[in-house]
Amino acid sequence: MEKKDENISAMSTVAVGEAGRTGDWRDLKPVINHSKCIPTVKNKAACYLCWLYCPEGVIKTGIPVEIDMDYCKGCGICAEECPAKAISMVPEGDNDE
Amino acid sequence: MPENLFKVKKEEYMLPGNRACQGCGLSLAYRYATKALHQKTILTIPASCLTVLHGLYPTTSVMIPCLNCTFASTAASAAGLVAGLAATGQTDTTVVAFAGDGGTYDIGIQALSGAAERGTDFIFACYDNEGYMNTGTQRSSATPLGALTTTTPILTKVQHKKDMLKIMEAHHLPYIATTSPAYPIDLYDKFVKAKRIVGTRYLQIQAPCPPGWGYPPRDTVKIARLAIETGIFVLFEIEDGKFHFTSRSKTIAQRGRRLPVVNYLEKQERFQKMSMDQIESLQKMVDSKWQEYQKKAEG
Repeated sequence: MEKKDENISAMSTVAVGEAGRTGDWRDLKPVINHSKCIPTVKNKAACYLCWLYCPEGVIKTGIPVEIDMDYCKGCGICAEECPAKAISMVPEGDNDE
Repeated sequence: MPENLFKVKKEEYMLPGNRACQGCGLSLAYRYATKALHQKTILTIPASCLTVLHGLYPTTSVMIPCLNCTFASTAASAAGLVAGLAATGQTDTTVVAFAGDGGTYDIGIQALSGAAERGTDFIFACYDNEGYMNTGTQRSSATPLGALTTTTPILTKVQHKKDMLKIMEAHHLPYIATTSPAYPIDLYDKFVKAKRIVGTRYLQIQAPCPPGWGYPPRDTVKIARLAIETGIFVLFEIEDGKFHFTSRSKTIAQRGRRLPVVNYLEKQERFQKMSMDQIESLQKMVDSKWQEYQKKAEG
């Protein structure tokens, strides 16, 4: 893929953050309550519906679940789809979780 | 659920930090489409929201080689790529054309119909956000009855949505499928299946658009799910002329329990000016379409 083709003059290279740090678009940020989050509670790989429905692909399916806040646009789909209601959307700038 | 989830590739081929809007339905669907297609694939994309998602030179957010073509020539450029790959002996590479509803229903239809008639070996995926969303929500022939757009701002759209699937069915394609971002695993499966089939394959994705449809970004999946629950959008596959329902639409077809279309309409600002007659007309259309599909499913 990275091979240069001399017949192509304008070829883009793949990069994370093509539009900059899209985390700056957020007005609400997702905060996970790990005492409710199913993978953490069961201590095994389960659920991960937030990862499934994230349009950005910024959620990591580990134990505990992590969100890449540099690129999370704050749409809130994860909070809406979480079956355990473990994710809440709080206004950006509020530091108390 | 997890077993089902983990058959989906964990690697992302659409990288974060792209230009798609908050809660974009296309972005969610595209994540799974790229996961399914990733290897040995060339994309060709006309002017659309997807070009915006792919990004500006010299960087791109998608890890699949992509050709940007003009609006009307999506399927023609795909046919060219197929011919070029055949000439260089790279027949194991899949060519995928990804266009919006404008590039499929309106501007791209003649090139698509031509390629489908010739039986060009490629996948045509149409993501249907029901309007020209990239240029600011203009009406397209995919816009449903009663929707407000910037070109139908007072009277709302007075015509029904064009039945593109029927047009594609008339081309006798080996594979036609509809998918929704509310059921990503179903979407993934259909793309994986389409990649294995030879001939022209047509896939349609319903892509809810928060700014264009007028709903908060967090409701994208809910809206997509409601479209299926109400029967406005139906998940099915047509393989060599054989029709069958898939995923959630299959259970709805078996139980015969569909929600009224109002449930879907009331959530979106674009339908706020819809008259009672229009709602009734839409409900009738949805009902008759369902009967038609059920007859087809019975064989």
